[in-house]
Amino acid sequence: MALLEVKNLGIEFPMRREVLRALQGVSFSLDAGERLGIVGESGAGKSIAAFAIINLLSKPGRINAGEILFEGRDLTVLDDNAMRDIRGNRISMIFQDPMMTLNPVLTIETQMIEVLKAHREISDNDARKIAVEKLREVAIPSPEDRLKSYPHELSGGQRQRVVIATALLTNPSIIIADEPSTALDVTIQAGIMALMLNLCKSHDMGLILITHDLAVVSQVTERVVVMYAGRVVEEGPTADIVTHPKHPYTRGLIAALPQEGTAGKRLNQIPGSMPTLDAIPDGCAFHPRCPHADDVCRASVPEIVKVGNQFSRCVKATELAEENSL
Amino acid sequence: MNAAIRRFAQSNFMYSFGRDKVAMVSFAILAAFVILAFSAPLIAPYDPYDQTTIDIMDSEIPPAWQDEGEARFLLGTDAQGRDMLSTILYGTRISIIIGVCAVLMQMFLGITIGLVSGYVGGRIESFFMRLADIQLSLSTLMLAIVALAIFQAAFSAEAYSDLAIIMLIMVIGFAEWPQYARTIRASVLAEKKKEYVDAARVIGLGAPTIMFKHILPNTLSPLLVISTVQVANAIISEAALSFLGLGIPVTKPSLGSLINSGFEFIFSGSWWITAIPSIVLIALILCINLLGDWVRDALNPKIYKEK
Repeated sequence: MALLEVKNLGIEFPMRREVLRALQGVSFSLDAGERLGIVGESGAGKSIAAFAIINLLSKPGRINAGEILFEGRDLTVLDDNAMRDIRGNRISMIFQDPMMTLNPVLTIETQMIEVLKAHREISDNDARKIAVEKLREVAIPSPEDRLKSYPHELSGGQRQRVVIATALLTNPSIIIADEPSTALDVTIQAGIMALMLNLCKSHDMGLILITHDLAVVSQVTERVVVMYAGRVVEEGPTADIVTHPKHPYTRGLIAALPQEGTAGKRLNQIPGSMPTLDAIPDGCAFHPRCPHADDVCRASVPEIVKVGNQFSRCVKATELAEENSL
Repeated sequence: MNAAIRRFAQSNFMYSFGRDKVAMVSFAILAAFVILAFSAPLIAPYDPYDQTTIDIMDSEIPPAWQDEGEARFLLGTDAQGRDMLSTILYGTRISIIIGVCAVLMQMFLGITIGLVSGYVGGRIESFFMRLADIQLSLSTLMLAIVALAIFQAAFSAEAYSDLAIIMLIMVIGFAEWPQYARTIRASVLAEKKKEYVDAARVIGLGAPTIMFKHILPNTLSPLLVISTVQVANAIISEAALSFLGLGIPVTKPSLGSLINSGFEFIFSGSWWITAIPSIVLIALILCINLLGDWVRDALNPKIYKEK
């Protein structure tokens, strides 16, 4: 059985006039120690899916369908106390901007020890020892001294390492990383991603990496879920998706990478932009931007179909796959 | 601990203090007042609370530097023959105690209500903030006068004079909590959008821990600034209430009741009974307000004074 299984998840935001559907029928799963990437443009619902897993949707968002099974327990029906025990303990989360995720007025030590104390009966001294050990694992030099530092005394990369160390404190079985390297320099980004990869391997920890950076996804993850306008449009092994994308949207994303362009010409792009939640088109949400769209696409939402190793939510998936292999 | 002290000594806050002459002088005068007031039982030449040492024959003696003054009463005596210097020392002590304790009570109420309103939001927030609006639309003194008048009517005069300090602290403390609640709520609304609050929730911390340990320390600068103003206001409120005869009884006078007790003698020429406590009160308030101004500038990163 999968460690984490998201089944047919739907999330809606009831607004004054209408109900906005942020996620519809999203399903994916994560095995122990597996690394899964969730890819998509801004607004595709990646982060909302992550917050739904740890039950921290911001108001007025609510889960209106589906279930989230973690070790067989449905997280959507757990009460606050039971959820607090899982959140930060069994499932940790890392955010985008390390400048913002550390409290500016508390020392690293206070913030790290607090995590352990929130989940275990532990003395300050023992907690400090674990904190030092975790800081050493994320390659922070002289961790004992760094514990006494305030966040503003560390560089961006170091701060993100501290954030990662904090997430590791309780030896969680899943880490959800929401664009963990976006706010950092490219060189530091590479270092952080390599660190995450090593930590996941050495601790046999599951990783859900949310990003729009396909390069990062291909380095780190084993499987990818591509999301568009609140639905999963393609899913499969990373290697297959990156080399043989089946859904036109994924193809567009990959074609848009600068290295896919031809020197001296304009870079490829997907025309138009992601629809807002109150204006999701009928049928396949991607059809207004899709080069292959026809009347069938406008008529109804396509089912997700298996093509080779991948799943694609496109009526022409098989067709396109053949065309692709030519 | 030593490291914390060193960090504080080297902070911008202390640097700015060392550069600001007004701040240093105000702080020095304020410190002198506080030390003198709180060592009153040790340094005051007489005990104004001890009725047996008071001689009515000594009443209305002018300060020592006047022609009719006597050396044993440096600042003269009041209508009952009490030594003004001793009475002022004791009175300042009462005024400062009431000012600080009332502000502590305002802080306690205001911080709790403001944090909860800002963090929880919804109906709780609407309820408390409307309550604050209503209370702010009534003046502090009006509320205090009504409350104290009821207390005075309800208790006997003796019981009231024993309870007067506590009553004043409660009344002034309760009347001004909206100042803190609104300031805190505004900061909390800004802070709770920041990712470190999300991160704290993701860690699995409960709401009280997040409010008091994570958000509260980030809202301390505005708190510190309004606290100085509020202490000054509380002392003024106490003086005003005492002046109106609703505050501290004349047997154990505060600055306000001293000023009041001398008021009727001004036209008979005994100006010092009112004037000297007034000068002390004004100096005290002025120093606190000047310090407050400096704290506001020093804690505001947008104001950087070249000096």
